[in-house]
Amino acid sequence: MSVRMPPVDQAVLDRRAQIVAALRQIVPGEGVIAAEREMRPFESDGLPAYKQLPMVVVLPETTGQVAEVLRYCHANGIKVVPRGAGTSLSGGALPLADGVLLGMAKFNRVREIDFDNRVAVVEPGVTNLAVTKAVEHEGFYYAPDPSSQIACTIGGNIAENSGGVHCLKYGMTTNNVLGCEIVLMTGEILRLGGKHLDAGGYDLLGVVTGSEGLLGVVTEITVRILKKPETARAVLVGFTTSEDAGECVGRIIGAGIIPGGMEMMDAPAIHAVEEFVHAGYPLDVEALLIVEVDGPQAEVDDLIGRVEKIAQDCRSTVCKVSQSEEERLLFWAGRKAAFPAVGRISPDYYCVDGTIPRGQLPLVLRRMRELSEHYGLRVANVFHAGDGNLHPLILYDANVPGELDKTEEFGAEILKLCVEVGGVLTGEHGVGVEKRDLMPTMFSQIDLDAQQRIKCAFDDKGLLNPGKVFPQLQRCAELGRMHISGGKLPFPDIPRF
Amino acid sequence: MADIVKPRDAKDVEDAVRFAVSNETALEVVGAGTKRGIGRPLQTDMTLDLSGLSGIVLYEPEELVLTAQAGTPLAVIEEAVRAANQELAFEPIDYAPLFGGAAGGGTIGGVIAANLSGPRRIRQGAARDHFLGAKGVTGRGDAVKTGGRVVKNVTGYDLCKLIAGSWGTLAALTEVTIKVLPCAETETTVVVHDLDDKTAMRAMAAAMGSSFDVSGAAHLPDHIAAHFDGLPEEGASTCLRVEGFAVSVKHRRETLAALLAPFGRVSFVEAESSRALWRSIRDARPFAHGQGLKRPLWRISTEPMRGADLADLIPPSAQMFYDWAGGLVWVGMPVEEEPDAAAIRSAVAAIGGHATLVRAPVAARAANDVFPPQEAGLAALSKRVKDSFDPNGVLNPGRMWAGI
Repeated sequence: MSVRMPPVDQAVLDRRAQIVAALRQIVPGEGVIAAEREMRPFESDGLPAYKQLPMVVVLPETTGQVAEVLRYCHANGIKVVPRGAGTSLSGGALPLADGVLLGMAKFNRVREIDFDNRVAVVEPGVTNLAVTKAVEHEGFYYAPDPSSQIACTIGGNIAENSGGVHCLKYGMTTNNVLGCEIVLMTGEILRLGGKHLDAGGYDLLGVVTGSEGLLGVVTEITVRILKKPETARAVLVGFTTSEDAGECVGRIIGAGIIPGGMEMMDAPAIHAVEEFVHAGYPLDVEALLIVEVDGPQAEVDDLIGRVEKIAQDCRSTVCKVSQSEEERLLFWAGRKAAFPAVGRISPDYYCVDGTIPRGQLPLVLRRMRELSEHYGLRVANVFHAGDGNLHPLILYDANVPGELDKTEEFGAEILKLCVEVGGVLTGEHGVGVEKRDLMPTMFSQIDLDAQQRIKCAFDDKGLLNPGKVFPQLQRCAELGRMHISGGKLPFPDIPRF
Repeated sequence: MADIVKPRDAKDVEDAVRFAVSNETALEVVGAGTKRGIGRPLQTDMTLDLSGLSGIVLYEPEELVLTAQAGTPLAVIEEAVRAANQELAFEPIDYAPLFGGAAGGGTIGGVIAANLSGPRRIRQGAARDHFLGAKGVTGRGDAVKTGGRVVKNVTGYDLCKLIAGSWGTLAALTEVTIKVLPCAETETTVVVHDLDDKTAMRAMAAAMGSSFDVSGAAHLPDHIAAHFDGLPEEGASTCLRVEGFAVSVKHRRETLAALLAPFGRVSFVEAESSRALWRSIRDARPFAHGQGLKRPLWRISTEPMRGADLADLIPPSAQMFYDWAGGLVWVGMPVEEEPDAAAIRSAVAAIGGHATLVRAPVAARAANDVFPPQEAGLAALSKRVKDSFDPNGVLNPGRMWAGI
């Protein structure tokens, strides 16, 4: 697989030995890795089809070191790619041949837990799950829960604005982060937000979140923690058509119920999962919903009853309510194992991530079946039904020549379809290199220029993670020019007073 | 008197901004103008009145999404969503009465541009958290769109976050898409009586740290409590709101009352009275009374447990109350036309967070920072962001800070 990356700066590569020596001055000991064999683990992230050895890997331990590294690279025109745990599914941490790979794994301490203010202050290399682990003894948790939460880091979550199955009720990363310390490419250290709410001026934290490591390197993060709901129960509902399942989702929300999680699977996904996990999923249905409601016991019992009634009204053929915490977790175990389960029935699979207006689901599934036949590739679908986030898994065999290219083309067609029906290219995995060249299907050049000018405001030399997100790199000086001509009053008809 | 231009559609807005750029004309961007009194005084040549861009473009209750032209009156939107038993869950404050205006007059574009929120900020977030997508015209005269109409979207930079709370200094909005949510079936407020400020902060922390899903936590000190609606009796009142399905609210009000009983005497404010109470908290009602309108008003966001420390640091005769479990402090100054910025700024510097001078006469807003002063690096970055959208400074120039 190949993707066009920014041209390699040979002058930088020629100075490699000198650069490595300079970086060793800043980060002593084992913090600078220059041997090819030792750099191998960093050559790709969670999108392993793309591989590239970096020029050098640097693993700083302090904010001061991060600032020094960035200042040095800025002064010397050296590109930098930040990396958390390397679980990005869009190639966001793909190294550059002439770039420094800045690994943040050593920033792994929880700095402060403040239960009274309901916040935790953590370093970016702390894993998502470790935040919850650090506060659960008091019954608290950190709400965003991407599937990779055991491995992915909070720093990476900020970069990608990570979601998870509980987004509909509890929001994405951007709704759960209050502050950060960020180092700009110049080495300048800034604080955005804190334990208080809202920015006093522009919401820079808001635009840094989800910026895919292109605006700065975050070195400390303040997140909101929540008390765990008193209890939770899940219902497993089966339907003979995806239309019925879709209608059920709409009616649940129409009834004023916002479930803690609401997931859908299609028949291929259900079968793959059931064979793998034995979660008790029915095999004679076309669509399966898991609806989880959380809150006080009385509320949960009441809402489960309402959900059951709605499901019956929508012609469900199976409706099973979890009778114990074990059973609830078993329902989820199936869904959470969907990716590896599909991995068992196919040599390889490719995970797509688009969002659609929920009502378009039947249409999108139908078109996807047509595409599947056209490409001769099977698809299994898992779907965050509550918020319209689709994860079609395309099954392929990388050892069959041409099949990966065909798979990528199929995936791109699905994403274009998402945009066509009013959705977006990515719901939670990010643009990265993977969807970069599809950006023009959603945004005009004017829209993309407006975004790139923000990049210029943070990183005027374009040295931080270039080649990601934007299909065309433009010079900030060119983007800054104004192209307005003429001075006539262009609106004689606009009412004036 | 500056010219007023009232575009009929997005194309007109683009034309107007392009004209402004070409002719070095500074524009005052307004919707209904209900928040005109907030910010540094503007010196503009022309007013760009967006109230002509009005109407709901799309509303799909089952998708929890609404798109409207930016100048659509908030009242129109609230009526439409209420008909489907939904609401704007971020509970935007109505600033108009604090400036002597009539209630219920703002536009949805103004709600977004000012990143409004209310007591439910602590649970549901602010406008920024419900703002899914926008179209607008930047100060370059470019018609741009950002975001989309779905909740889960990480495609490209989230420029919506920058636009929310930019007070019209980055783009003139023409269309916005927001998330809506179901209304709660009912609500109850648990009131703890006669707590001093610091004890109230602890009581609110206990409530917020519970699993009872508290959606409003305000402390109304003795000197000001009588000016709020819906309270059963005078005296300091610490108010905790639970909302949701009736069966759940019933359960949570009892358990919450038991949790709070050790702090003081507890009573309940039910349904309609509770709604009235939280509306008056949302709108900082005690500061909207006729004779007090000339007294400067500060809005301070800080870490919740430090909120009460502020009381010891500001002029003793100031009036104040706490929302957001202590994290939002409204401070009404005792002397007309005297914001005493030095005292407030140094108090906030001591406890952390930021203060905005919401209301003050023009001269005071010209002489003092209205928005929180920023340290040099942050100020420079904010200026670069402004320049990226509006390099010639044609949109509300100087409203937030000099040059921004």
